[in-house]
Amino acid sequence: MQALYAQLLVGLINGSFYALLSLGLAVIFGMLNIINFAHGAVYMMGAFCAYFLLNVMGIGYWPALIIAPIAVGIFGMILERTMLQWLSGLDHLYGLLLTFGLALIIQGVFQNYFGSSGLPYAIPSELQGGLNLGFMFLPIYRGWVVVFSLIVCIATWYLIEKTRLGANLRAATENPTLVRAFGINVPRMITLTYGLGVGLAALAGVLSAPINQVRPLMGADLIIVVFAVVVIGGMGSIMGSIITGFALGVIEGLTKYFYPEASNTVVFVLMVLVLLVKPTGLTGRATT
Amino acid sequence: MTNRISALLLGTALVFGACSAVLAQDKTIKIGVLTDNSGLYSDLGGAGSTLAAQMAVEDSGLAAKGWKIDIVSADHQNKPDIAVNTARQWIDVDKVDIFMDVLNSGVALAVNNLVKEKNAIMINTGAASSDLTNAQCSPNTIHWVYDTYMLANSTGQALVKAGGDSWYFLTADYAFGHALERDTSAVVLKSGGKVIGTVRHPLNTADFSSFLLQAQASKAKIVGMANAGGDTTNTIKQASEFGIVAGGQKLAGLLLFITDVHSLGLKVAQGLSFTETFYWDLNDGTRAFSKRFSERTKSKAMPSMVQAGVYSGLIHYFKALEAMGGNSHDGIKIVEKMKSMPTDDPLFGKGSIRADGRKLHPAYLFEVKKPSESKGPWDYYKLIGTTPGEQAFRPLSESVCALVKK
Amino acid sequence: MSVLTDDTLPASPRRIRDEMVVFVLMAALLAAVPLTGIYPFFVMQALCFALLACAFNLLIGYGGLLSFGHAMFLGSAGYFTAHALKEWGLAPELGILIGTAGAAGIGVVTGVVAIRRQGIYFSMITLALSQLLYFIYLQTPFTHGEDGIQGIPQGRLFGILDLSNSTVLYYVILAGFLGGFLVVFRAVNSPFGEVLKAIRENEQRAISLGYKTDHYKLLAFILSGTLAGFAGSLKVFVAQNASLTDVHWTMSGEIVLITLVGGLGTMFGPVVGAFVIIAMQQYLAGFGQWVTVIQGVIFVVCVLTFRRGIVGEIAHYFRRSL
Repeated sequence: MQALYAQLLVGLINGSFYALLSLGLAVIFGMLNIINFAHGAVYMMGAFCAYFLLNVMGIGYWPALIIAPIAVGIFGMILERTMLQWLSGLDHLYGLLLTFGLALIIQGVFQNYFGSSGLPYAIPSELQGGLNLGFMFLPIYRGWVVVFSLIVCIATWYLIEKTRLGANLRAATENPTLVRAFGINVPRMITLTYGLGVGLAALAGVLSAPINQVRPLMGADLIIVVFAVVVIGGMGSIMGSIITGFALGVIEGLTKYFYPEASNTVVFVLMVLVLLVKPTGLTGRATT
Repeated sequence: MTNRISALLLGTALVFGACSAVLAQDKTIKIGVLTDNSGLYSDLGGAGSTLAAQMAVEDSGLAAKGWKIDIVSADHQNKPDIAVNTARQWIDVDKVDIFMDVLNSGVALAVNNLVKEKNAIMINTGAASSDLTNAQCSPNTIHWVYDTYMLANSTGQALVKAGGDSWYFLTADYAFGHALERDTSAVVLKSGGKVIGTVRHPLNTADFSSFLLQAQASKAKIVGMANAGGDTTNTIKQASEFGIVAGGQKLAGLLLFITDVHSLGLKVAQGLSFTETFYWDLNDGTRAFSKRFSERTKSKAMPSMVQAGVYSGLIHYFKALEAMGGNSHDGIKIVEKMKSMPTDDPLFGKGSIRADGRKLHPAYLFEVKKPSESKGPWDYYKLIGTTPGEQAFRPLSESVCALVKK
Repeated sequence: MSVLTDDTLPASPRRIRDEMVVFVLMAALLAAVPLTGIYPFFVMQALCFALLACAFNLLIGYGGLLSFGHAMFLGSAGYFTAHALKEWGLAPELGILIGTAGAAGIGVVTGVVAIRRQGIYFSMITLALSQLLYFIYLQTPFTHGEDGIQGIPQGRLFGILDLSNSTVLYYVILAGFLGGFLVVFRAVNSPFGEVLKAIRENEQRAISLGYKTDHYKLLAFILSGTLAGFAGSLKVFVAQNASLTDVHWTMSGEIVLITLVGGLGTMFGPVVGAFVIIAMQQYLAGFGQWVTVIQGVIFVVCVLTFRRGIVGEIAHYFRRSL
């Protein structure tokens, strides 16, 4: 039983990363109509940013949690301004290809300098060790990751669904011309949105650094799973991506307990099943 | 008519004779160091192996005797297909004579096939699978440093004797992990222990939590890590997060290198016991070489046994070529010559190469020192036992290698 | 066949003649390669990738479907062929048949799932499906996981042609490539190809004209997968191994890159792209991961400024279709 709870926890942690990443993808897709293939690469950059802050400037985990997403978010906004912007009139597939190219560049550069094995990033001293809860052994840091990701996800949901800024954002997604007529700077909004999505990925990267180590390819395989999560959930709703992300993490955790051999594939198999039953995804709208 | 034919035959023979005479004086050697330059094994092989090869070339003094020796090196990224493609091109286009290091058992077994097909040479110093000198043995391959049979025999037996009689394996899911798990299981069973289960993880895994949880749930006394390099250090670090050792289970590193201990730090690594065939601080010869080596690396690292093996293997190869008077580029013949000569170098001491391609030398059981016992940087090991070469490796009587005459 | 194909997208005789001339030139050039002393292994590899990219191009260039999972056909067929040759000891022709048929089967199954969505979703689904297969191959015993299937015997094709002779092997691979190329050529210039183009331009309109577009898309997907599998089977004889590299998503990305560089939707673009990219990898192999970076840069440059690709630009310059 103890192992089951522990595997569920591991599942929830992966679920947190799925949720944060698919949330960012959904936000970007909503505004730019681009699937950001570089999402895994910016997630990795978040982790490396934390690593540099610690090892070069001596800045620890807690400030990194704020600085890294902002720094990587700014990097993302520069990418959007210099490249992605030029694709607005073209087939959406070009956005996918461009961001795939960007992902290759970013990952390749990091691989050249750091090899492909992991660099260690220590768990902050406040969160080291574990608690014996009786029914399971809870590593404190891992518990923290789950709780903190949930808070960030809900805050993002609130920002987009419940605030004025979010309302403008949603309106701009529906009808950019009309929103522009109201005097809102839509291109700037697009840039900020991309920055937000990228920043969320970088935040996930910082959270992941003490668990998964800091590796140039840490996001490369993860992003494909997140794509499957997005296909399952549909990108129609913010809450939808959050719930799907966590739920799939838990399902993966259960698989690890009951049938470990299938734990790598369960998300993809679920994707196939969902596509056969409801091609638009669980929360997706009918449009393509 | 017959006269003409015999004249023709004679002529051909003369031409061939002249050719072989020319070949015998051929004094060019091309060495290919095929290793992991960027991945999880790059610390224990990688650039250090290329450096060891350079040092062997310099120390051999062959350049002064008119030999021309080149070294090429490539990163196989731990992918057998990339390794084989590189190796094929090295042989076909660059005329590489000998492959050194070739760590990663999957890569080694793949390159082993090709080297045999093309009659080149491989002195494998990095891969662990004992199949290289058993089921897959080849007249073109020498397995220099260590193998899974030896590791299992030495470390496995010691641990079972110390009371670790129930095992759960955490195995890297490729040729190396499988071989190490197989050979260690056999030793555990033979020594009266039992194997409760196994979980296999992909090569180069970052998060071991779910595998460790399975090991924890098994309640086995020993969690045997049939993995290496970055995988092993990750396992050890994360095991403490889930309270594996605190819960009374013992982690057994079946294959650890000094570079792993260095990256773990003594605080984490202390008390681990495992087997190696080379340690920098064994005697004056090893200390002198290691000091020179360390000064030439970027990170001032001491050589791993894999890197030391590259040096030692090349020194013996050069000796054989010198004795033959030139490089015939005939892999089988040169390897035969190498097998017929006793080996002797400052790093591994006196030894020999068996018919199956197994190099014999003593195996040392080490224990990692406590931080308080360590006198300085890289002072990590306590020697707790030595097995002579003849007993450390698989006896020829158990061998299924076709090269062994029974 | 129909009003749509006959009137809106005429397959002009002049275009077909142009393409045939280039085809004959290409075949002649390639046939002369063994005389030049170029490392044949390199050209054979490029030919396999060229065929693979042609198959991929059939989907994206003419059907508007960007598959980001074409490595699954390449790798699967490779595994099947390798297994048939090594474990069952079958003749090369049977090995190729099994590999190609296996890829076709995978094409049917994955196609049914993938064509349920279009555009970006289609790409993500094909990517996810290929990753699913990747993990399956990582774990099933017959592929030997990370180690791959090694030392595959080349054998004698039809009992006569000794494939371990590199010149013989070269011409066999060349014949396979040219055959596959002609199949693509024929498909594109058939009524079937015209319907595909119609779907690419405006699927709703094609549906309203009475076409069961899903059938056409599925058929194109299967054909493309089968040809990609054929390329994968041929590659086994060149590389003599089958490994996870060929099913990994980086391979799928490489296929996209090859076609993008050569020119999406051009007949000869994938071939040119394959030679350019494989040559680049060959010459830059010593630079380690910089190859990945350069590939990324090519992606970005192509998408931002060079969307027609090499052959597309040439064709555009001469106002011809190639």
